Amino acid sequence: MASAEQFSVLVEVRLRQGIADPQGATIERALPALGLTGVTGMRAGKAFRFEIAAPSEGEARAQATVVADRLLANPVIEESSVTVTPLGPAGAGSAA
Amino acid sequence: MAPRVGVVMFPGTNCEHDAVLGLQRLGASAGLVWHGDTSVSGYDALVLPGGFAHGDYLRPGAIARFSPVMEAVGGFAAAGGPVVGICNGFQVLTEAGLLPGALQKNRGLRFLCTTAGVRVESSDSVLTGGVAVGTELQIPINHFEGNYTCDAPTLAMLRSEERVVLRYVDNPNGSVDSIAGVCNEARNVVGLMPHPERASDPLLGSVDGVVLLAALVRSATPQVAATVA
Repeated sequence: MASAEQFSVLVEVRLRQGIADPQGATIERALPALGLTGVTGMRAGKAFRFEIAAPSEGEARAQATVVADRLLANPVIEESSVTVTPLGPAGAGSAA
Repeated sequence: MAPRVGVVMFPGTNCEHDAVLGLQRLGASAGLVWHGDTSVSGYDALVLPGGFAHGDYLRPGAIARFSPVMEAVGGFAAAGGPVVGICNGFQVLTEAGLLPGALQKNRGLRFLCTTAGVRVESSDSVLTGGVAVGTELQIPINHFEGNYTCDAPTLAMLRSEERVVLRYVDNPNGSVDSIAGVCNEARNVVGLMPHPERASDPLLGSVDGVVLLAALVRSATPQVAATVA
Protein backbone atom coordinates (compact mmCIF):
# COMPACT_ATOMS: atom_id res chain seq x y z
CA MET A 1 0.00 0.00 0.00
CA ALA A 2 2.97 2.33 -0.45
CA SER A 3 1.05 4.12 -3.22
CA ALA A 4 -2.14 4.59 -1.17
CA GLU A 5 -3.47 8.08 -0.92
CA GLN A 6 -5.66 9.58 1.75
CA PHE A 7 -8.96 11.16 0.76
CA SER A 8 -11.44 13.25 2.69
CA VAL A 9 -15.06 12.37 2.00
CA LEU A 10 -18.23 14.38 2.54
CA VAL A 11 -21.54 12.57 2.11
CA GLU A 12 -24.69 14.67 2.21
CA VAL A 13 -27.99 12.86 2.70
CA ARG A 14 -31.33 14.55 2.09
CA LEU A 15 -34.92 13.50 1.64
CA ARG A 16 -36.03 12.87 -1.91
CA GLN A 17 -38.18 15.48 -3.60
CA GLY A 18 -41.81 14.72 -2.88
CA ILE A 19 -41.10 13.18 0.51
CA ALA A 20 -42.61 15.29 3.28
CA ASP A 21 -39.99 16.94 5.49
CA PRO A 22 -41.73 18.04 8.70
CA GLN A 23 -38.36 18.98 10.24
CA GLY A 24 -37.49 21.36 7.40
CA ALA A 25 -40.99 22.83 7.47
CA THR A 26 -40.78 23.42 11.21
CA ILE A 27 -37.41 25.16 10.85
CA GLU A 28 -38.79 27.33 8.06
CA ARG A 29 -41.78 28.34 10.19
CA ALA A 30 -39.40 29.58 12.89
CA LEU A 31 -37.63 32.04 10.58
CA PRO A 32 -40.17 34.88 10.74
CA ALA A 33 -39.16 35.16 14.40
CA LEU A 34 -35.74 36.29 13.08
CA GLY A 35 -37.44 38.87 10.93
CA LEU A 36 -36.75 36.83 7.77
CA THR A 37 -39.79 36.26 5.60
CA GLY A 38 -38.18 35.48 2.23
CA VAL A 39 -36.57 32.15 3.09
CA THR A 40 -38.31 29.21 1.42
CA GLY A 41 -37.59 25.63 0.44
CA MET A 42 -35.92 24.68 3.75
CA ARG A 43 -35.01 20.98 3.72
CA ALA A 44 -33.28 19.23 6.63
CA GLY A 45 -30.62 16.61 5.95
CA LYS A 46 -27.49 15.01 7.34
CA ALA A 47 -23.79 15.37 6.55
CA PHE A 48 -21.12 12.72 7.20
CA ARG A 49 -17.35 13.27 6.99
CA PHE A 50 -14.77 10.51 6.97
CA GLU A 51 -11.45 9.55 5.37
CA ILE A 52 -10.52 6.72 3.03
CA ALA A 53 -7.10 5.38 2.07
CA ALA A 54 -7.23 4.16 -1.51
CA PRO A 55 -4.91 3.79 -4.54
CA SER A 56 -6.84 6.36 -6.56
CA GLU A 57 -9.53 9.01 -6.30
CA GLY A 58 -11.83 6.86 -8.41
CA GLU A 59 -11.44 3.93 -5.99
CA ALA A 60 -12.02 6.23 -3.02
CA ARG A 61 -15.17 7.56 -4.66
CA ALA A 62 -16.40 4.03 -5.41
CA GLN A 63 -15.95 3.00 -1.77
CA ALA A 64 -17.56 6.20 -0.49
CA THR A 65 -20.53 5.60 -2.79
CA VAL A 66 -21.00 2.13 -1.32
CA VAL A 67 -21.00 3.64 2.17
CA ALA A 68 -23.53 6.27 1.10
CA ASP A 69 -25.87 3.98 -0.83
CA ARG A 70 -25.77 0.91 1.41
CA LEU A 71 -25.71 2.50 4.84
CA LEU A 72 -25.93 6.27 5.16
CA ALA A 73 -29.02 6.80 2.98
CA ASN A 74 -32.26 4.85 2.76
CA PRO A 75 -33.00 4.94 -0.98
CA VAL A 76 -36.75 4.63 -0.34
CA ILE A 77 -36.88 8.15 1.08
CA GLU A 78 -33.39 9.67 0.75
CA GLU A 79 -30.77 10.56 -1.83
CA SER A 80 -27.11 11.30 -1.30
CA SER A 81 -24.20 13.13 -2.87
CA VAL A 82 -20.51 12.26 -2.43
CA THR A 83 -17.62 14.76 -2.49
CA VAL A 84 -14.05 13.39 -2.46
CA THR A 85 -11.01 15.60 -1.77
CA PRO A 86 -7.37 14.32 -2.03
CA LEU A 87 -5.29 14.83 1.14
CA GLY A 88 -1.95 13.49 -0.12
CA PRO A 89 -0.06 10.22 0.55
CA ALA A 90 -1.69 8.01 3.17
CA GLY A 91 -0.12 8.36 6.61
CA ALA A 92 2.18 11.22 5.58
CA GLY A 93 2.60 13.83 8.26
CA SER A 94 -0.59 13.00 10.11
CA ALA A 95 -0.71 12.30 13.79
CA ALA A 96 -0.89 8.62 14.66
CA MET B 1 -45.72 -29.79 20.74
CA ALA B 2 -46.07 -26.09 21.44
CA PRO B 3 -45.12 -23.75 18.58
CA ARG B 4 -41.67 -22.29 19.18
CA VAL B 5 -41.42 -18.54 18.66
CA GLY B 6 -38.06 -16.77 18.69
CA VAL B 7 -38.02 -13.14 19.84
CA VAL B 8 -35.00 -11.37 18.35
CA MET B 9 -33.13 -9.05 20.66
CA PHE B 10 -30.78 -6.29 19.50
CA PRO B 11 -28.81 -3.95 21.78
CA GLY B 12 -31.48 -1.40 22.70
CA THR B 13 -34.50 -3.65 22.15
CA ASN B 14 -36.85 -3.15 25.11
CA CYS B 15 -40.11 -4.98 24.39
CA GLU B 16 -38.73 -8.52 24.18
CA HIS B 17 -40.01 -9.75 27.54
CA ASP B 18 -43.50 -8.35 26.90
CA ALA B 19 -43.56 -10.22 23.60
CA VAL B 20 -42.29 -13.46 25.15
CA LEU B 21 -44.88 -13.29 27.94
CA GLY B 22 -47.75 -12.49 25.56
CA LEU B 23 -46.81 -15.44 23.34
CA GLN B 24 -46.28 -17.86 26.23
CA ARG B 25 -49.74 -17.10 27.58
CA LEU B 26 -51.13 -18.24 24.24
CA GLY B 27 -49.43 -21.59 24.58
CA ALA B 28 -46.30 -20.88 22.57
CA SER B 29 -42.83 -21.80 23.69
CA ALA B 30 -41.09 -18.44 23.32
CA GLY B 31 -37.42 -17.67 23.75
CA LEU B 32 -34.94 -14.90 23.07
CA VAL B 33 -32.63 -14.88 20.04
CA TRP B 34 -29.51 -12.70 20.33
CA HIS B 35 -28.62 -10.38 17.44
CA GLY B 36 -25.19 -11.98 17.14
CA ASP B 37 -26.63 -15.45 16.55
CA THR B 38 -26.19 -16.76 13.03
CA SER B 39 -28.98 -19.33 13.16
CA VAL B 40 -32.68 -19.33 14.00
CA SER B 41 -33.11 -23.06 13.59
CA GLY B 42 -35.47 -24.61 16.09
CA TYR B 43 -38.05 -21.83 15.80
CA ASP B 44 -41.39 -21.98 13.99
CA ALA B 45 -41.92 -18.21 13.94
CA LEU B 46 -39.92 -15.07 14.70
CA VAL B 47 -40.82 -11.75 16.28
CA LEU B 48 -38.68 -8.62 16.00
CA PRO B 49 -39.97 -6.61 18.97
CA GLY B 50 -39.98 -2.92 19.73
CA GLY B 51 -37.29 -0.73 21.21
CA PHE B 52 -34.38 1.33 19.94
CA ALA B 53 -31.99 -1.12 18.32
CA HIS B 54 -28.46 0.33 18.32
CA GLY B 55 -29.93 3.53 19.77
CA ASP B 56 -31.77 4.22 16.50
CA TYR B 57 -28.48 5.82 15.42
CA LEU B 58 -28.39 6.92 11.77
CA ARG B 59 -32.01 5.75 11.22
CA PRO B 60 -34.17 3.27 13.14
CA GLY B 61 -33.14 -0.18 11.98
CA ALA B 62 -30.28 1.04 9.79
CA ILE B 63 -27.55 -0.60 11.89
CA ALA B 64 -29.62 -3.54 13.15
CA ARG B 65 -30.18 -4.86 9.66
CA PHE B 66 -26.47 -5.65 9.40
CA SER B 67 -26.60 -7.85 12.52
CA PRO B 68 -25.48 -11.45 11.96
CA VAL B 69 -28.95 -12.73 12.89
CA MET B 70 -30.60 -10.80 10.08
CA GLU B 71 -29.18 -13.10 7.41
CA ALA B 72 -30.83 -16.01 9.23
CA VAL B 73 -34.06 -14.04 9.57
CA GLY B 74 -33.99 -13.38 5.83
CA GLY B 75 -33.45 -17.06 5.08
CA PHE B 76 -36.24 -18.05 7.46
CA ALA B 77 -38.60 -15.56 5.76
CA ALA B 78 -37.60 -16.70 2.27
CA ALA B 79 -38.45 -20.28 3.27
CA GLY B 80 -41.93 -19.18 4.28
CA GLY B 81 -41.42 -18.90 8.03
CA PRO B 82 -43.69 -16.42 9.82
CA VAL B 83 -41.87 -13.20 10.76
CA VAL B 84 -43.54 -10.27 12.53
CA GLY B 85 -41.85 -6.94 13.23
CA ILE B 86 -43.46 -4.75 15.87
CA CYS B 87 -42.63 -1.03 15.94
CA ASN B 88 -38.81 -0.92 15.87
CA GLY B 89 -38.95 -4.45 14.46
CA PHE B 90 -41.08 -3.12 11.56
CA GLN B 91 -38.43 -0.46 10.97
CA VAL B 92 -35.70 -3.14 10.92
CA LEU B 93 -37.67 -5.23 8.40
CA THR B 94 -38.08 -2.27 6.01
CA GLU B 95 -34.39 -1.37 6.31
CA ALA B 96 -33.52 -5.00 5.60
CA GLY B 97 -35.67 -4.96 2.49
CA LEU B 98 -37.97 -7.71 3.80
CA LEU B 99 -40.90 -5.28 3.65
CA PRO B 100 -41.43 -2.35 1.25
CA GLY B 101 -41.49 1.32 2.22
CA ALA B 102 -39.94 3.21 5.12
CA LEU B 103 -40.94 4.76 8.44
CA GLN B 104 -40.41 8.50 8.69
CA LYS B 105 -40.73 10.92 11.58
CA ASN B 106 -44.33 11.43 12.61
CA ARG B 107 -46.29 14.24 11.03
CA GLY B 108 -46.14 17.03 13.60
CA LEU B 109 -42.75 15.84 14.90
CA ARG B 110 -44.23 14.43 18.10
CA PHE B 111 -43.33 11.23 19.84
CA LEU B 112 -46.67 9.43 20.17
CA CYS B 113 -47.49 7.34 23.22
CA THR B 114 -51.20 6.60 23.19
CA THR B 115 -53.79 4.01 22.28
CA ALA B 116 -54.84 3.95 18.65
CA GLY B 117 -57.83 2.45 16.91
CA VAL B 118 -56.63 -0.04 14.30
CA ARG B 119 -58.78 -1.82 11.71
CA VAL B 120 -57.97 -5.22 10.23
CA GLU B 121 -57.92 -4.82 6.43
CA SER B 122 -56.88 -8.31 5.36
CA SER B 123 -57.30 -11.72 6.97
CA ASP B 124 -54.61 -13.15 4.73
CA SER B 125 -51.37 -12.79 6.67
CA VAL B 126 -49.54 -14.58 9.48
CA LEU B 127 -50.67 -11.88 11.92
CA THR B 128 -54.31 -11.51 10.87
CA GLY B 129 -55.28 -15.02 9.76
CA GLY B 130 -58.73 -15.84 11.05
CA VAL B 131 -59.42 -12.26 12.15
CA ALA B 132 -62.41 -10.78 10.30
CA VAL B 133 -61.80 -7.84 7.97
CA GLY B 134 -63.22 -4.72 9.57
CA THR B 135 -62.43 -5.81 13.12
CA GLU B 136 -61.44 -2.74 15.11
CA LEU B 137 -58.83 -3.08 17.82
CA GLN B 138 -57.57 -0.65 20.47
CA ILE B 139 -53.80 -1.09 20.59
CA PRO B 140 -51.02 1.11 22.05
CA ILE B 141 -48.61 2.96 19.78
CA ASN B 142 -45.29 4.26 21.04
CA HIS B 143 -43.09 5.79 18.37
CA PHE B 144 -41.43 8.84 16.84
CA GLU B 145 -40.74 7.34 13.41
CA GLY B 146 -44.03 5.62 12.57
CA ASN B 147 -45.08 7.62 9.55
CA TYR B 148 -45.22 4.93 6.86
CA THR B 149 -44.23 6.09 3.42
CA CYS B 150 -43.55 4.53 0.03
CA ASP B 151 -43.58 5.68 -3.58
CA ALA B 152 -46.80 5.77 -5.60
CA PRO B 153 -46.19 2.53 -7.57
CA THR B 154 -45.45 0.65 -4.34
CA LEU B 155 -48.61 2.01 -2.71
CA ALA B 156 -50.68 1.00 -5.75
CA MET B 157 -49.17 -2.50 -5.57
CA LEU B 158 -49.83 -2.82 -1.82
CA ARG B 159 -53.45 -1.79 -2.35
CA SER B 160 -54.14 -3.97 -5.37
CA GLU B 161 -52.58 -7.01 -3.67
CA GLU B 162 -54.40 -6.23 -0.41
CA ARG B 163 -51.10 -6.18 1.46
CA VAL B 164 -52.16 -3.39 3.81
CA VAL B 165 -53.17 -5.65 6.69
CA LEU B 166 -53.89 -2.92 9.28
CA ARG B 167 -55.03 0.71 8.98
CA TYR B 168 -55.47 3.37 11.64
CA VAL B 169 -59.07 4.39 12.23
CA ASP B 170 -57.87 7.95 12.92
CA ASN B 171 -54.41 8.41 11.36
CA PRO B 172 -52.19 9.57 14.25
CA ASN B 173 -48.81 9.98 12.52
CA GLY B 174 -49.33 10.94 8.88
CA SER B 175 -48.82 7.47 7.43
CA VAL B 176 -49.70 7.28 3.74
CA ASP B 177 -53.18 5.78 3.29
CA SER B 178 -53.40 5.45 7.13
CA ILE B 179 -51.21 2.34 6.92
CA ALA B 180 -50.45 0.76 10.30
CA GLY B 181 -49.18 -2.60 9.03
CA VAL B 182 -48.17 -4.28 5.77
CA CYS B 183 -47.11 -7.73 4.64
CA ASN B 184 -44.74 -9.06 2.00
CA GLU B 185 -45.85 -10.70 -1.23
CA ALA B 186 -45.92 -14.18 0.33
CA ARG B 187 -47.85 -12.77 3.33
CA ASN B 188 -45.56 -14.51 5.85
CA VAL B 189 -43.69 -11.33 6.84
CA VAL B 190 -45.73 -8.61 8.57
CA GLY B 191 -44.67 -5.30 10.07
CA LEU B 192 -46.83 -3.04 12.21
CA MET B 193 -46.25 0.01 14.37
CA PRO B 194 -48.88 -0.74 17.08
CA HIS B 195 -47.85 -3.00 19.96
CA PRO B 196 -50.24 -6.00 20.28
CA GLU B 197 -48.16 -7.39 23.19
CA ARG B 198 -49.04 -4.28 25.18
CA ALA B 199 -52.72 -5.08 24.77
CA SER B 200 -52.58 -8.67 25.95
CA ASP B 201 -53.80 -8.47 29.55
CA PRO B 202 -56.75 -6.70 31.23
CA LEU B 203 -54.22 -5.08 33.55
CA LEU B 204 -52.78 -3.25 30.53
CA GLY B 205 -56.14 -1.71 29.67
CA SER B 206 -56.84 -3.76 26.55
CA VAL B 207 -56.71 -7.37 25.40
CA ASP B 208 -57.33 -6.45 21.76
CA GLY B 209 -53.82 -7.50 20.75
CA VAL B 210 -54.43 -11.11 21.69
CA VAL B 211 -56.24 -11.98 18.44
CA LEU B 212 -53.17 -10.88 16.47
CA LEU B 213 -50.64 -12.74 18.64
CA ALA B 214 -52.91 -15.81 18.57
CA ALA B 215 -52.99 -15.71 14.76
CA LEU B 216 -49.18 -15.63 14.74
CA VAL B 217 -48.99 -18.61 17.11
CA ARG B 218 -51.45 -20.54 14.90
CA SER B 219 -49.29 -19.80 11.85
CA ALA B 220 -46.19 -21.13 13.61
CA THR B 221 -46.41 -24.69 12.40
CA PRO B 222 -43.54 -27.09 13.03
CA GLN B 223 -43.49 -28.03 9.34
CA VAL B 224 -42.07 -24.64 8.49
CA ALA B 225 -39.15 -25.16 10.83
CA ALA B 226 -38.50 -28.55 9.28
CA THR B 227 -38.07 -27.02 5.82
CA VAL B 228 -35.73 -24.34 7.16
CA ALA B 229 -33.54 -26.52 9.34
